[in-house]
Amino acid sequence: MMPATDTRLTVTDRASSLAEHYRVAFGIRSCERLLLDQFTLGRIGGTTHTCIGQEVAAVAVTAALDRTRDCVFSNHRGHGHFLAYCGEVFPLLAEIFGRPDGVCGGHGGSQHLHWRNFYSNGVQGGTVGNAVGVALAEKTKRSGAVTCAWLGDGTFGEGLVYEAMNIASLWRLPIVFAIEANGIAQTTPTGLQLAGSLAARCTAFDIPVEEVSGTDFAEALAAATRAVDATRAEQRPHALVSHAIRLGPHSKGDDTRDAAVLHAAWANDPVAALRRKVGAATDAIDRDIARLMQDALARAEKTDP
Amino acid sequence: MSPETTVLASLNAGLRAALAADERVIVLGEDVLDPYGGAFKVTRGLSTQFPDRVLTTPISEAGIVAVATGLALRGFRPVVEIMFGDFLFLAGDQIVNHAAKYRAMFNDQVRVPLVIRTPAGGRRGYGPTHSQSLEKHFLGVPGLWVVAPHPLLDPGELLRQAIVDVDDPVLFVENKIGYGEPLRRGLPDYDVVRIVDATSPFPTVWLKPRAAPDGLLLCYGGMTPLSLDAARILREREQLNLGLVVVSQLAPTPSTHLEAVLREVAPSAIVTVEEAPAEGGWGAEMIATIEHIRDARRLGAIVYRRVGAKNAPIPSARALEHEALPQVDDIVAAVLDCF
Repeated sequence: MMPATDTRLTVTDRASSLAEHYRVAFGIRSCERLLLDQFTLGRIGGTTHTCIGQEVAAVAVTAALDRTRDCVFSNHRGHGHFLAYCGEVFPLLAEIFGRPDGVCGGHGGSQHLHWRNFYSNGVQGGTVGNAVGVALAEKTKRSGAVTCAWLGDGTFGEGLVYEAMNIASLWRLPIVFAIEANGIAQTTPTGLQLAGSLAARCTAFDIPVEEVSGTDFAEALAAATRAVDATRAEQRPHALVSHAIRLGPHSKGDDTRDAAVLHAAWANDPVAALRRKVGAATDAIDRDIARLMQDALARAEKTDP
Repeated sequence: MSPETTVLASLNAGLRAALAADERVIVLGEDVLDPYGGAFKVTRGLSTQFPDRVLTTPISEAGIVAVATGLALRGFRPVVEIMFGDFLFLAGDQIVNHAAKYRAMFNDQVRVPLVIRTPAGGRRGYGPTHSQSLEKHFLGVPGLWVVAPHPLLDPGELLRQAIVDVDDPVLFVENKIGYGEPLRRGLPDYDVVRIVDATSPFPTVWLKPRAAPDGLLLCYGGMTPLSLDAARILREREQLNLGLVVVSQLAPTPSTHLEAVLREVAPSAIVTVEEAPAEGGWGAEMIATIEHIRDARRLGAIVYRRVGAKNAPIPSARALEHEALPQVDDIVAAVLDCF
């Protein structure tokens, strides 16, 4: 059997090189493509939500965190957050394949992952309140940890988001609301489901907010670093909005967007932009990631658990 | 504890004992701070004694339970007060899809030791949205304990047990008018048997009549004093001997406790008594469980009746509310209907 390290992405922190960040982002992209392929082939069941197009925010925000103590609460579209946090490709694949050596023994599946200080759940908004509780726990323990709560623009339709933001700000809890404004909630464009602005909703709770394009890695990492550092230093919530468009389907083959809209979005593919910045080194990285994904898939398909 | 101790005093003492025993215990709820001490005064005095661990919250039932669930995931033992049981559904998604699920869906890698306390029940004229007993909707939720205190055992000890001894979420359903009930120590008409075991750790009180019982009353929580009254009336007026089986663990169904009772007696009639409408309720679950036991043990036929509220919203006017909710006379009539 191949050693487990063969299927682990080396995660990045603030000191990592752009090439190392690219490797994680492209690793997430490749894993998501692999999963969509496997679903198409009928080799895995259930459902999955991939984050193609949104990888930069996952890598940048997670790199700004202190993995030795910070906590992450993710949502239904959490593979990227998970891989950026721990890089464990095989345990993720195994989980989605429903194997006992998956991160949750196959009980959780795509949307319900737990690894060290990482948690996710598939119900919109609920995790945001749980993350506020985690932040309260860590503040009470004086661990110095920051909690990161991932949520999308579609999730802003859920009332619990506002209960959670209110409590977080009122009790000055160290939590970063990492908001992915990917422009679409399942098949509903943001314009049909959101009034006003996301940023204004944050500032209404006295939560400072910064917005980034989500297509420029350096910009995203700088903003994430500011948000995490300010949250830890000031012991109060901050919010970061990334505007990267979701380039893939909500789930599997359910993208009803106009082809021209998608074509334009793909022209701004954040991972491709990062690849161009890194330059020549990416060929070797891409080959390495392709090999890593093949190995992980081979283990998931063939190895007896 | 003095013989005059009420359910309310006992619960308050139990909460205080849990806070004193374990620094991981944190109480959260609306209006729980002194001098108010909670809408029904269960938390009175606690914020003065433990100011850092008794937190008053916004009116955000889902938010409070969500925050408490996060606290529990990270090593605390939170106790949430939901001011009225009628508001449980505001936190329903948190209870069912978050708190009760994390342990199983994360493959036993986490635990959620969370207690959600709430007063249920009517008879105070609070009307359709502040009088219900909604706990039946939370029975059969995997991963969730549902527990109800009553005056035949120490409610504070039961609460302490839920907070300290159980590492999974517990819905702890108190009864509004039950708060004022004195704890019942002496019950001379019965042998008082306490049934508890590893699978169902919250005790059942089995009141065994001196003579072989003609039938059994099964009840919990706020219907306990009414069931006792009904049993007394039936004994005095009708010479019927009824045993009472008063459960405190509503879910998971304490089937081993029922087995223990049915090993001792072979009743020909069983009446379940609950304050909510009986349709789709606790009593139906008890009867189904008893029928399994009866079938397996090849016991004789049992006649069943269920007593519950009218299947209608609870009216505000006291006379209308009285008609809608199950009364002692309804229990008596249901028993007589069996014979």
